[in-house]
Amino acid sequence: MLSLTLIILPVICGLMVLAFKSDIAKYVALAAAVAELAVVLVAFSGFATNADVQYAFSMPWMPEWGISFSLGMDGISMMLVFLAAILMPSIILSAFNNEKKFPPVFYALMLLMQSGLMGVFLAQDGFLFYFFWEIALIPIYFLASIWGSERKIPVTTKFFIYTIFGSLFMLLSILYLYLHTGDTPSAAISDLYRAGRSLGHLEQTYVFLGLFAAFAIKMPLFPFHTWQPDTYTEAPTPATMLLSGIMLKMGVYGLIRWLLPVVPWAVNEWTPIIIVLSVIGIIYGSIIAIRQRDIKRLVAYSSFAHVGLMGAAIFSLEIEGLQGAIIQMVAHGINVVGLFHAVQIIRTRVGRTLDISDLGGITQSSPSLTVYFMLVLLGSVALPLTNGFPGEFLMLKGVFMYNPILGVVAGLTIILGAVYMLRLFQSTMFGPKTEATQNFAKLTFSEGMAFFPLASLVLLMGFFPNIFLSITEPAAKALLTDVVSALSNSLTLKP
Amino acid sequence: MLSIVLLSFFGIVNLFLGFQKNKNILLPAAFIFTLIVFAANLVDFNQPIDVFGEFNTGMLTIDKITVGFTAIILVANLLVILLADKYILGKQSQPAEYFSILMLSTVGAIMMVSYDHLLILFLGVETLSIPMYVLAGAEKRNLRSNEAALKYFLMGAFATGFLLFGVALVYGATGAFSLAGIKEACSAVEQSPLLILGLGFLLVGMLFKVSAAPFHFWTPDVYQGAPTLFTAFMSTVVKTAGFAAIYRLLSSGFGPIVPTWSIALAVIAVVTLLIGNLIAITQTSFKRTMAYSSISHAGYMLIAIVAMNSFSQEAILYYSAAYTFATIAAFAVQHVVEQHHDRDDFEIFHGIGKTNPFLALVGTVAMLSLAGIPLTGGFIGKLMVFTSAYQSGFGWLLIVAVLMSTVSMYYYLRLPIAILLKKTVTEEKISVSPGASIVLWICLIGTVVLGLFPNLFTSLF
Repeated sequence: MLSLTLIILPVICGLMVLAFKSDIAKYVALAAAVAELAVVLVAFSGFATNADVQYAFSMPWMPEWGISFSLGMDGISMMLVFLAAILMPSIILSAFNNEKKFPPVFYALMLLMQSGLMGVFLAQDGFLFYFFWEIALIPIYFLASIWGSERKIPVTTKFFIYTIFGSLFMLLSILYLYLHTGDTPSAAISDLYRAGRSLGHLEQTYVFLGLFAAFAIKMPLFPFHTWQPDTYTEAPTPATMLLSGIMLKMGVYGLIRWLLPVVPWAVNEWTPIIIVLSVIGIIYGSIIAIRQRDIKRLVAYSSFAHVGLMGAAIFSLEIEGLQGAIIQMVAHGINVVGLFHAVQIIRTRVGRTLDISDLGGITQSSPSLTVYFMLVLLGSVALPLTNGFPGEFLMLKGVFMYNPILGVVAGLTIILGAVYMLRLFQSTMFGPKTEATQNFAKLTFSEGMAFFPLASLVLLMGFFPNIFLSITEPAAKALLTDVVSALSNSLTLKP
Repeated sequence: MLSIVLLSFFGIVNLFLGFQKNKNILLPAAFIFTLIVFAANLVDFNQPIDVFGEFNTGMLTIDKITVGFTAIILVANLLVILLADKYILGKQSQPAEYFSILMLSTVGAIMMVSYDHLLILFLGVETLSIPMYVLAGAEKRNLRSNEAALKYFLMGAFATGFLLFGVALVYGATGAFSLAGIKEACSAVEQSPLLILGLGFLLVGMLFKVSAAPFHFWTPDVYQGAPTLFTAFMSTVVKTAGFAAIYRLLSSGFGPIVPTWSIALAVIAVVTLLIGNLIAITQTSFKRTMAYSSISHAGYMLIAIVAMNSFSQEAILYYSAAYTFATIAAFAVQHVVEQHHDRDDFEIFHGIGKTNPFLALVGTVAMLSLAGIPLTGGFIGKLMVFTSAYQSGFGWLLIVAVLMSTVSMYYYLRLPIAILLKKTVTEEKISVSPGASIVLWICLIGTVVLGLFPNLFTSLF
């Protein structure tokens, strides 16, 4: 029931928000996000640290087709559900100071988006997963296209078509698995796993390619990323936060839950190519980020570089890599939302088209922004005792165990990340005031409140990563053991 | 059976109501009559009632599936009648005829759904089509409407010729008009080439009606030229009835010789998908875009027919229902907006999101459903069609279908973009008549319910 609540609550609240006047809508939306967070915290506190699927809920959806509305979460889902809930209040708060047209619709779409995301992380049935996967796309498309900046129409259309293109191939793969589950087809996740592993090598490859297309485009992995920088830049910043903070994790989560255990043989076969592509993405994204002069684009490329490392770590098929990727999903979500929040604060005060070199001296006007900005930024460059460190360390260890050379190249991400992030920080916050930052206003209450949970989590996760690692460990271990044993089976049984 | 008789009777009654001074009674009368027929149709659901005893000569079959198709057709008819208020009552001097023509045309559609005898199929096709020729030309002072009527009539008459010739050839080869007789002849080890040729001609005639490529050339011109109201009718009732009829012909009649026709139909499905989706991209008129969209949906439904297994019948039924709601919603939006702008390009929709949020919502949901996005009936329909095709091993067909679905996103996004993202000069609210807003609500609820609770519908059959 709790799982169902997580999905239904934002929908109901979202529809309620529509009924309120423009100036009250945002408070209702914030209350809804906090309520959702409260439910998630209840789930979190009652979560048993074992590998079982907990808070399971199932009801028939299309019974004669073997499709059910079944939800549930293990440790991995729990972390992502937690992420989607903890970020939402900050994202909504970050929109408080920017006057938007039709605020009720804006906040309602955000809540609907949250519902779709929860569904993706909770779904225990192939078609249900696909269902929520697509549903999550609709609100974010409208958020980005209605409230976006000048070039929004071509950019968001490209984003929509590109991601749908990937998803439709995923649908074909799920259908294929579903029809190989036996005489009475079933789309339950365990049945799909079984079906996938019983396939021959060529069939596994087809299924793999279909699923991988969807996840790689959503994350995005190099070279499927061309939609991403433009969409992140053109979308209104709260939508960018949703995209980079949570929606991107749908792709990573998809890799872990719906790709590795489904077709282990094909995964193993394609691993070298994907890790190399991911590492190329890390370096490529970092170098472009260093060259960026627009601060929003800079953060967008940095996000792309971080995702590359997650992809490489997951495909290393090591427990360190997998654990690191899961914890990094949460950490990256928190940091990137914080960074985009800082970017938005700067851009609303000095104008959005300004070049990075026109900024400077913000510390003198707004020391509190500097402190918050520094915290999330340090998390983002993975300084020890911040939230980025444990994840990045484990992921690099995983990639290193797979192949030392690739591990070293991937490790460059820390150095390159420090280069562009510190440059961003230095040129905006320090130095003399420029013409643009002359009258830089202090942080407002809502802006500070949006930062507060993010900054606290940066430190909390940095000091006590074990709270989170222990939740995901049993599930991650079980998943990986399962994959490895299935892999050895398929290697010995099939030619 | 009962529904055919009742609807014909009520159609004529409605014609006579036209002699009254008070024309306002016509719409409610037509609506209530059709509603009664709808109820009468459902009576047959579990056990067909044999009302006519010895006059029932086995030329019609009534079962759950035909009742389902008939229900979809009648719902489409009801929605079009509701939508008609301002248009028929306001613009036409003889409103009664239009309602009667709509109802009588629907009789033909019901015959096509439940025929068991090729004569009834032919009768159904003609009863459906001849009123459609008239309705396409309903705006007699509008050049495009005239063009539409003439084009539809000439091409339609030609297609009917093919159909009739096919019936004759099949009769020549098998000596049977009934589907059971054809099935028996097809079960023989070797079939006469005349039979195959006859099937070919029959299919040409039927594929013309559902506007599958390469028999689709009339569609864009007729859809654009005909008054929007009747385009909505044409694109839903004719298509549903046409596919039900093709399915019946191929499953009950030509079922034993699936390999003979399935590859040919698969090729037609691919061509239809390609033409429908690729040409739709270049259109600037909303009605023409919808025409090509309707061609592409014919392609998807053909995939289910090509698959021809236990899933396909339900898939076609569900797809028709989802398609009907979404298409009528889309044309209803066009119908409402064109009262103010009398054009059919996308510019007339600019800024509706601000002035008429509800209209914008329905238009957007309709497009998402046609594009097959979850939460709408279109998704479940597509899922069923894909499943049935996979089951029969037509995976390659699905690759084409998926690629074309991606292409279709581009033109289905056009309406939402025009509605929500473009600005207008005038910010005048468009008035929506009560009938139209009921239609919009029904289509919205229908689309979402079909998308969220497919079981409500599928558990019936």
